[in-house]
Amino acid sequence: MTGEEYVAAAYAIVFVFVLVYVATIAAKLVRLQRDTAELLELARRREQA
Amino acid sequence: MSSAFSWIRALPALAALSAGLMGLALLFSFFIAPEDGDQGISQRIFYIHVPIALTAYFCFGLGAWKALLLLWRGEERHDLESYVAIHQGTIFGSLTLITGAIWAKASWGVWWSWDSNQLVLFLTLFLFYCAYFMLRFSLPEGPRRARSSAVYALFGVALIPVSFLAIRLAEDFVHPTTFTRDGPQMTGTMFTAFCVSWAAVTLLAYVLYRVELVGKRLHTDLRELREALE
Repeated sequence: MTGEEYVAAAYAIVFVFVLVYVATIAAKLVRLQRDTAELLELARRREQA
Repeated sequence: MSSAFSWIRALPALAALSAGLMGLALLFSFFIAPEDGDQGISQRIFYIHVPIALTAYFCFGLGAWKALLLLWRGEERHDLESYVAIHQGTIFGSLTLITGAIWAKASWGVWWSWDSNQLVLFLTLFLFYCAYFMLRFSLPEGPRRARSSAVYALFGVALIPVSFLAIRLAEDFVHPTTFTRDGPQMTGTMFTAFCVSWAAVTLLAYVLYRVELVGKRLHTDLRELREALE
């Protein structure tokens, strides 16, 4: 590998790590949104009962 | 809950600032800072590796500080803050080890050297905080887990100055000393590039810390709400 390739690899790994982290956070946000919708449904059903 | 939402409002601005600083850091590191006469282009890894390493130390230190606050004041919120800071520290610690190994291979022809005290001490610190998660998740949730995790996090902080100073205490062929008592051993532009990169990585870590914290607090609030409704 050349010096340029090592530099590119180092920066690319950092970029990929941040990307994976953001994707993980996004997946968790989707789960939280689903939980919120479920709770809203539960609260509405209780209100009607 | 209200503090979580106040941070949600500030987060987009901080995230945008972090992205802007990252772009500026890349501009400085690749186009403005001159090429190193000794190491050539591979020296540019320095602008990402060192700020990431310093951020990892900062995150572990923050985790220990929050752990101390938990033990001192007994406020439950510090447990989650300590956990998230240490989580961030292990992420940045992994990146430090990976980028450091790439830089070592590019400059000195080895991925790793067991003879280097700096490398071994950083690995010890990293593994110590990896074991934090094993301890934390082996205990049932509650005050006992929070206190045990806090004590463990506090023990680890002793390794931070040792790891940081090892580079100065040992004659090390892998790690040159860049910051001496005479100031930074680099040109003004190189130092500016380093400072911008450091600011960018620190802010990125802070944004990720706050995002994770908000997410975890929301998760806890929703769980409590579910228990109240069911």
